Amino acid sequence: MPSATPTTLKVSVWRGADEGEFQRFDVPRMESQTVLDVVIHIQRHLDATLSYRFACRVGMCGSCAMTVNGRARWTCRTHVTKVLRHADDVLEIAPLNHLPVVKDLATDMTGFFDKWRDAKGYFAGQRTRAEPAARVDPASPARKAVDAGIECIGCGVCYASCDVVAWNPDYLGPAALNRAWTLVNDVRDTQQQARVAAISNDAGCHSCHTLGSCTERCPKSLAPTASIAGLKRLNGKAPQGALE
Amino acid sequence: MSELDVSHANGAAAAGRRKTPGRRADARARNHPAWWAFLVHRLSGLALAVFLPMHFWALGTALHGAAAFDSFLAVTRQPAFVFAEWGLVTLLAAHLIGGVRLLLIEYRPWSGLRKDLIAATAGGALVIGLAFALSLTL
Amino acid sequence: MKAAVSGWRVQRISAMVLAVCVTVHLITMIAVVHGGLSAGAILTRLHGNVVWGLFYSVFVLAAAAHVPVGLRRIAEEWLGWRGPSVFAVSVLIGLMLAIAGLRAVLALTGGPL
Repeated sequence: MPSATPTTLKVSVWRGADEGEFQRFDVPRMESQTVLDVVIHIQRHLDATLSYRFACRVGMCGSCAMTVNGRARWTCRTHVTKVLRHADDVLEIAPLNHLPVVKDLATDMTGFFDKWRDAKGYFAGQRTRAEPAARVDPASPARKAVDAGIECIGCGVCYASCDVVAWNPDYLGPAALNRAWTLVNDVRDTQQQARVAAISNDAGCHSCHTLGSCTERCPKSLAPTASIAGLKRLNGKAPQGALE
Repeated sequence: MSELDVSHANGAAAAGRRKTPGRRADARARNHPAWWAFLVHRLSGLALAVFLPMHFWALGTALHGAAAFDSFLAVTRQPAFVFAEWGLVTLLAAHLIGGVRLLLIEYRPWSGLRKDLIAATAGGALVIGLAFALSLTL
Repeated sequence: MKAAVSGWRVQRISAMVLAVCVTVHLITMIAVVHGGLSAGAILTRLHGNVVWGLFYSVFVLAAAAHVPVGLRRIAEEWLGWRGPSVFAVSVLIGLMLAIAGLRAVLALTGGPL
C-alpha cells in the first residue's frame, strides 16, 4: 500500500558560523512551498534566533541564495518538491560556499565584491553630461556579447558553485570575470588596458578549467564560462579600437 | 573595529598561506556532465604524465640494440602490461577528445558546454580502446 | 606582458600540435600492434627514417611543453603548492621529458640495429 505524503517536512538548517552544526526542524508541509517559505516559517514560528537574508522573494534580487541539498540556488525560486527526490527526504539548507559565514545562513560577501573590483568590473567613461550620449549599435557583435552577460545581479551562486574558487584563493571567480567581459566589450569604457591586465593571469581567466558549474547553476541562465572563454581569446591584449 | 574588520585584517596579513574561506562543495554540486569531463581530463592527464617517462625510457632501451629492445618487448607481452597499455590508450583517447572540446570552447564562438562532445569523449575513448584491444588480440 | 608566454598559452598551443600528433600516433599504434610487436619490425620501419624522426621529435617537444603546465596546475590547486618553486620543478620536468623523449627518438631512428 503506497504511503501518503507526510504532513511535515524534515529540515536540516546550518546554525553557527564557520564552525557550527546542522539543526533539525519539522515544518508543516504545504502545496507550492519554496525553500524560502520553509526558512521564514522556522524563524517566525520555531526559532526566532535563525539568521538569514531575503528581500524581494520573487526571484529578482538574488539575496536569498543559499546551498540547498548541496547546490547553490535562490531559495525563493526553489520549490521544495523539486529538490526532494522522496517525500520524506531531509531538506538541507546551508549558507553559500566559499564565503565566510556571518551567522547561520548569512554570509559575508565582501570578498566576492572585492574580487569584482579587482577584476575592474566597473565602468569608467570619459563623456560628461555636457556631451551627447554615446551611440552604441545594439546589433553589433560587441554589444551582443555585452547583452549576453549583462543581466548578472551579483547573487553569488556561480561563485559558490565554482571549485576553482575553492582551490585557488586568488581566483577572481565567474561573476567578476563575467562582468569584466561585458565591460571589455563596452566601447565607451576607458580602462581596457588595466582591465585586461587584471584578468589575463592565473588570478583571472587562465585558471578557469571549464568546470561549467557556474553556467549550470546561474539562476539567470547566464554563461560565465562563455565570458571567460572570451577573455581567454583576448590573449592579454585590449580590444581593437579601445578608447584608452 | 567590528569583528568583520578584524577578520579582514587577519586575512590580508596571511596572504601567502591564505585559503578560500567558508564551506566547500561536495559531490552533489559536482554531479553534472561538464564536471565529470573535467575530472576525466585531469585524471587521464595525470596518468599519462606518470606513464610518459616510463614510455620514453623503455623505447630508449633500443639504444642498446635490437636484442636488448626485444628482451624488453618480451615483458610487454605480460597480461598486466597489456591491460595497462590498453588503459593508457583509452585514457589518451579520452584526453585527446576532451582536449579538443576545450579548445573548441575556448577558441571558437560559444555554443554551450558542448555536451555532445562529452558524449563523444566517452564513446570515442571506448571505440579506440576496443580497436586497440581487437588489434592486439585478433 | 606575461600573457604572451603564459602557462595557459603554452599548454593550449602545444595541445593543438598534440591533437594532430596523438591522432596519428593512435592510428599508427592500432595498425602496428596487429600481429605483435618485435624490435626488428619496429627498428626496420623507423631506422634512418627522417620523416618519422621529425614527427616524433615534434611530438616529444610538444608533450614536454604540455605536461608540466597541467602538473603544475594540479600541484597548485590540489596540493596547495604555489610560487616559484613549483614553477621551477615543472620546468625541470619538462626538460627531463624532452631529453628522455628525444633520446628515445634517437634510439629508434638513429640508434644501433
